[in-house]
Amino acid sequence: MTAYLVRRLLHAVLVLAILTLVAFMLIHLVPGDPVRIMLGAHAPPAAVRQVRHELGLDRSLVRQFASFAGGLFRGDLGTSINLQRPVGEVLGPRIGPSILLLLYGTVISLVVAVPLGVLSALYRNRPVDHVIRVLATIGLAMPAFWFGLLLVEIFSLRLHFFPVAGYGDSLFGHLRSLTLPAVTVGVYLAPLVIRTLRSSLNETLAADFITAARARGFEERRVIGKHALRNALIATVTILAINIGYLISGSVVIESVFNIPGLGSLLVSTISVRDFPTISALTLVFGVLVIVVNLLADLSYALIDPRIRL
Amino acid sequence: MRRSIVRPRRENAKAQLLRALERRARSERRWAAASLWVGVGIVGLFVFCALAAPLITSSGPNDQDLLHTLQPPSWGHLLGTDNLGRDIFSRSVYAARIDLMVGLITTYVPLVLGVGLGLLAGYRGGWLETVVMRAVDVVIAFPFIVLVIVVIAIVGPGLLGVYIGITVVGWALYARLTRAEVLVVKEQQFVLAASSLGYSNARVMLRHILPNVLRPNLVFSTLDIVLNILVLASLSFLGLGVQPPTAEWGLMVADGQTFLLTAWWISTLPGFVIVLSGVGFSLIGDGLADRLGRGWRGRAGEAEGALLTVVEDGA
Repeated sequence: MTAYLVRRLLHAVLVLAILTLVAFMLIHLVPGDPVRIMLGAHAPPAAVRQVRHELGLDRSLVRQFASFAGGLFRGDLGTSINLQRPVGEVLGPRIGPSILLLLYGTVISLVVAVPLGVLSALYRNRPVDHVIRVLATIGLAMPAFWFGLLLVEIFSLRLHFFPVAGYGDSLFGHLRSLTLPAVTVGVYLAPLVIRTLRSSLNETLAADFITAARARGFEERRVIGKHALRNALIATVTILAINIGYLISGSVVIESVFNIPGLGSLLVSTISVRDFPTISALTLVFGVLVIVVNLLADLSYALIDPRIRL
Repeated sequence: MRRSIVRPRRENAKAQLLRALERRARSERRWAAASLWVGVGIVGLFVFCALAAPLITSSGPNDQDLLHTLQPPSWGHLLGTDNLGRDIFSRSVYAARIDLMVGLITTYVPLVLGVGLGLLAGYRGGWLETVVMRAVDVVIAFPFIVLVIVVIAIVGPGLLGVYIGITVVGWALYARLTRAEVLVVKEQQFVLAASSLGYSNARVMLRHILPNVLRPNLVFSTLDIVLNILVLASLSFLGLGVQPPTAEWGLMVADGQTFLLTAWWISTLPGFVIVLSGVGFSLIGDGLADRLGRGWRGRAGEAEGALLTVVEDGA
């Protein structure tokens, strides 16, 4: 167990280190002069020289990386060119809305997908299963931004149940404003959960210990409820953790559709001004989020399932 | 009536169970075959639209008719017209060209790269394997869209960025899937036999291992096409992909955003087109997964989860 923990942690640290290197290299991969691209072709040479100095681009690569990595250890993510403020200050207030959207969306997704996945597996190859599978196929092919717009059209513009966009002021306001985006996130994630849960449950139901429970004459309700579903729930946690990147991808787009002041909408809006320090920092933040969630999932999985303790 | 009652009953129960299992297997097979053919039909329709666009519609994708702007769907304009009087049906048909082309290229170029690297990594092992698999880990640590957007930040908005971005990200899952399969296949008798006959490494890899690891990759690629078309549409919707006035499905949805109340069809209908194309490719994938054998399906399912880590991902 300890060996596994150490190995898993080392692995996460290695990926994190490479991630940092990649985030650092972004600005150096830009074809041409990144400063000219940021400021425009007709920027005065003095301004170009100043920004280049501010970014440290006039120093050697090694020293630039040293100050970049050193800054990270002190919690300094650099300075936004576009806003002329520390990137940490720009990102800070945007973390809350993004996390809230991810959590709210995940809850909605589970409420929709877990019952459907279980039903689909229990009524394998019956009409119920076919209907659920068709729904999941349609859901998987559905563009999240488009579904979000449909919700806005119906529930905001026509029925006035929810605000069109934004984040609200109070906690209740936040939840109200985030409801439609969270439903969009939920519907975007649900097909994956349904499909994976269905196949994992089908596998479980074919396992020997289920046959054994049935052979002992336990009633079907107990076999499914106590033995099969417990396994399915562990599977669901894993499914969610593995798909955290997919979830974030969706929420980046959905935040932009609904104008939520989160990290995703910031990323999209920063591209047009090519604010590289901000882009680097966001790359790191998203990468770290995925690495940490996967690490936690692996560790908790190792705790739950003794077979993993290698 | 002196028949034994117990015996025949037991026989009956057994026969019944067998029949039920057989019925289930048959119904599953029939469902998979139906999936495959409906999928082929839908995708065929889209391919036909892309190839024969000028034969299907008389108006071009950018023909403006300022006397007939914001027309609701009718026989004259099947899907209505937008704020510039462009026919949405014509635009949807022409958009199939760019969406299908990008979808296929961004799926199969990474497939070739990933299968190649995964094959080398799995067969050769050593430092090559370490480097490739660590690279896979890093790529998979990013949310798919975030990495593609970052590449677009470097290259600049437009199709080139989309191609490079999705390729940089997309190969990783194929490499991981292929390497896992190679590790299993390379220990099997026929591969050991081929090596001991003195065939070159290249020949063993290409003639003996490759055909056996290709199938799960192909099954997975149909799902990948769906996701990649969605990524293209999302990026274009956000203004980072295909640029106006080119007809592209995601861009068309974006065009209608300001007319949601007055002209709902501009955004809504191109979205249905995207869904239909995606359903077509997914159905082909489901059908293929079944046809290529049961064992592969489980692994393709795993890859689906893994992909989504990248896109997991993915859109």
